[in-house]
Amino acid sequence: MAETTEPVTMIDTPIELRYRFTAGLAQSRFLRGVEQGRLLGQRCPQCKKVYVSPRGACAACGVPTDEEVEVSDTGTVTTFCVVNVPFYDQKMEIPYVSATILLDGADIGLMHLIQECPSEDVHMGMRVEAVWKPPEERTPSLESIKYFRPTGEPDADYESYGAHV
Amino acid sequence: MADPDVLEAPNILEYPYTRSTGLVIGRFFTSLRDGRIEGIRGTDGRVHCPPNEYDPVTGESLGDDAFVDVGPGGEVTTWAWVHRPHEKHPLDRPFAWALIRLDGADTAMVHVVDAGDEARMTTGLRVQPRWRHERVGDIHDIEAFVPEDA
Repeated sequence: MAETTEPVTMIDTPIELRYRFTAGLAQSRFLRGVEQGRLLGQRCPQCKKVYVSPRGACAACGVPTDEEVEVSDTGTVTTFCVVNVPFYDQKMEIPYVSATILLDGADIGLMHLIQECPSEDVHMGMRVEAVWKPPEERTPSLESIKYFRPTGEPDADYESYGAHV
Repeated sequence: MADPDVLEAPNILEYPYTRSTGLVIGRFFTSLRDGRIEGIRGTDGRVHCPPNEYDPVTGESLGDDAFVDVGPGGEVTTWAWVHRPHEKHPLDRPFAWALIRLDGADTAMVHVVDAGDEARMTTGLRVQPRWRHERVGDIHDIEAFVPEDA
């Protein structure tokens, strides 16, 4: 067999790291909200910024963020990436679009997929809405949102999201 | 202690790397696939196993003409006993990681000694390779070294 007489030039060296991820209190509340079709953030008592998903404290002010606020499942694309490169264990067919979405009422972007439009149509300021899985298929994971799709509304003014780019 | 309000989940990262071996280690692995162990002779006459791409004294490239057969037997120069192997370890029973200087080589190679019992391990222990059934051309073609008197 030719295969066994060729000199060795490559070897497989797979690496596997098995972690146990603990979401923490704030993110656990957020993920349980997602399971119910709600997006729960937390507002900083000092700078008033709303974090979605929350981490329990404001990274800028260094204070606990106890106030819970619900934000909309519509928002604005701030930045995005058209993925054209195949990689190991890829779940999506390429090309697909991964975007940072500033949800209405939030002060930090959420990363998710944009679908139901050609990838070349995705742009900064595009208005999008969440497409949820049916309630019985939802889990405490952002996979409960299948993707975001354009709402068809006019683009948001750059001033409304420029500070978050 | 687990807080019932806090979610937990497994998070497994996998990197399925493929690495190029380079010419020297490529040849070393090719020889292992053939059931032979090769070292490489430096300009000072010392034999290195596993082989080096460059002479450690002069920094010159070491080529095909510098390869020499070593082993297959050798001697343990130092070792550490693994009492509880984990799932990524090469054996599912206690074993030793050891530096093994193969006959004809001047340097030692890290490998596994399947000694069965820590009491059998000594510095200077004579060992022989136990080859894998179907060799593919990597370091695991030697499953382990075993004591010569086993």
